[in-house]
Amino acid sequence: MINPKNLKLTGYKRDNGTYGIRNHVVILPVDDISNAAANGVAALIKGTMALPHAYGRLQFGEDLELTFRTLAGTGRNANVAACIVIGIEPVWTERIVKEIRKTGKPVAGFTIERTGDLQTIANAARKAQEFVQYATELQRVPFPINKLVMSTKCGESDTTTGLSSCPTVGRVFERLERCGATMIFGETSELTGGEDIIQSRCVTPKVLAKFNYMFEDYTNLIKSQGVDLLGSQPTEGNIRGGLTTIEEKAMGNIQKIGRCKVQSALEPALEPKGPGLHFMDSSSAAAEMITLCGAGGSVVHYFPTGQGNVIGNPIVPVIKLTGNPLTVKTMREHVDVDVTGILRMEMNLDQAADHALEVLQSTINGRFTAAEALRHDEFVLTKLYRSA
Amino acid sequence: MKHGVLLHESHDDVGVAVEDLKKGSTVGALTLEGKAAGKVTLLHNVPLGHKVALRDIAKDKPVIKYGRPVGKAVADIKRGAHVHTHNVKTLRWSV
Repeated sequence: MINPKNLKLTGYKRDNGTYGIRNHVVILPVDDISNAAANGVAALIKGTMALPHAYGRLQFGEDLELTFRTLAGTGRNANVAACIVIGIEPVWTERIVKEIRKTGKPVAGFTIERTGDLQTIANAARKAQEFVQYATELQRVPFPINKLVMSTKCGESDTTTGLSSCPTVGRVFERLERCGATMIFGETSELTGGEDIIQSRCVTPKVLAKFNYMFEDYTNLIKSQGVDLLGSQPTEGNIRGGLTTIEEKAMGNIQKIGRCKVQSALEPALEPKGPGLHFMDSSSAAAEMITLCGAGGSVVHYFPTGQGNVIGNPIVPVIKLTGNPLTVKTMREHVDVDVTGILRMEMNLDQAADHALEVLQSTINGRFTAAEALRHDEFVLTKLYRSA
Repeated sequence: MKHGVLLHESHDDVGVAVEDLKKGSTVGALTLEGKAAGKVTLLHNVPLGHKVALRDIAKDKPVIKYGRPVGKAVADIKRGAHVHTHNVKTLRWSV
């Protein structure tokens, strides 16, 4: 059985003591209307990546705070070596720059009003070239497993995820917990039917109270729309794969955390403080959830899938695990960890966990995941309510 | 006999087909730990990943999987039957 302490991991050490496993120079738009300039810079300078998104204008309250936290958190992520921030005006742009600067990494903000797209692109591109040349000079160094921050969320679940790919992640997480690594899980509403298990794992009454508040708040939001989730939970894909009810789906989902304790209940996009497993209040939509995990500092993600969700993320490598033989047969190019041997009883969960750890190690050391190779770079902000 | 159905817990009411199962065939059931949990003869075709009843479940009774209720029967379900949205509903949201 592989002890994660014996893995040989290398990454990029950042000034704040975190380790990245990728070394991106990100061009981050503050708002939707700055996407064009961000794309312009990325088109000019090799080795940069723009992260266009749909929001950032006339948001307010908690929704605005979440957008700021997600954008700043993305720039702060250890997989990002340096970051260019482009916004329409200077105040919000500077707010994000300031949060990223706290990590010590190179960051610079540019604004379009009174400059125009073309001059902004020219100014930002000069800085981006400098950042790329800085980043490409950085070398990987060995790092210990207790410096790893990772996340998990499953998608297009079916009954095979509950039997194989999710409990495989659960076994790995139990081992990682013992080694002092940091893990994030979430999918608030998809815990329905198994929330008592999460409650029983909360380490203090305070964590439990916060989890309960978040769970009830999410459930009430759904109820307040005058609907229940029967039309969308389980999803049509889940049902096709054999899942019948939300509680059956939740039980499969919860296998991902094994027997780990829950150290804290985090607001979306918040960085965990300290080792162990942390719950993050989040949507179960894959692109939103992984974007939030990335903003919370996750540098790599385990994604168990049954029917074959093809999700990726621009800064967080997403490792797909599946135990569904039909998915392996028909969607081979999306699968990183094949645990179909579990259904055939040719592989037990500990052996599957060993395989998942081997792929984690090679991914951390630079091997592209299927989603990276296939250019799956879904970056999606979570919107809490309408803009003003 | 080759196993055709996997269970999470030995006393679960339902197991998962590990391949497409044909009506009329008899397959073995195993727990994830490899413990034998008897045999079952299929009353319907059951596709890979779908559930098979391992005992009779009366209408309105909870359906046990993972060792706990994951829904309730909305029709009488016979041992060997295909178990899915047509005969089981959630216990959680309004049905």
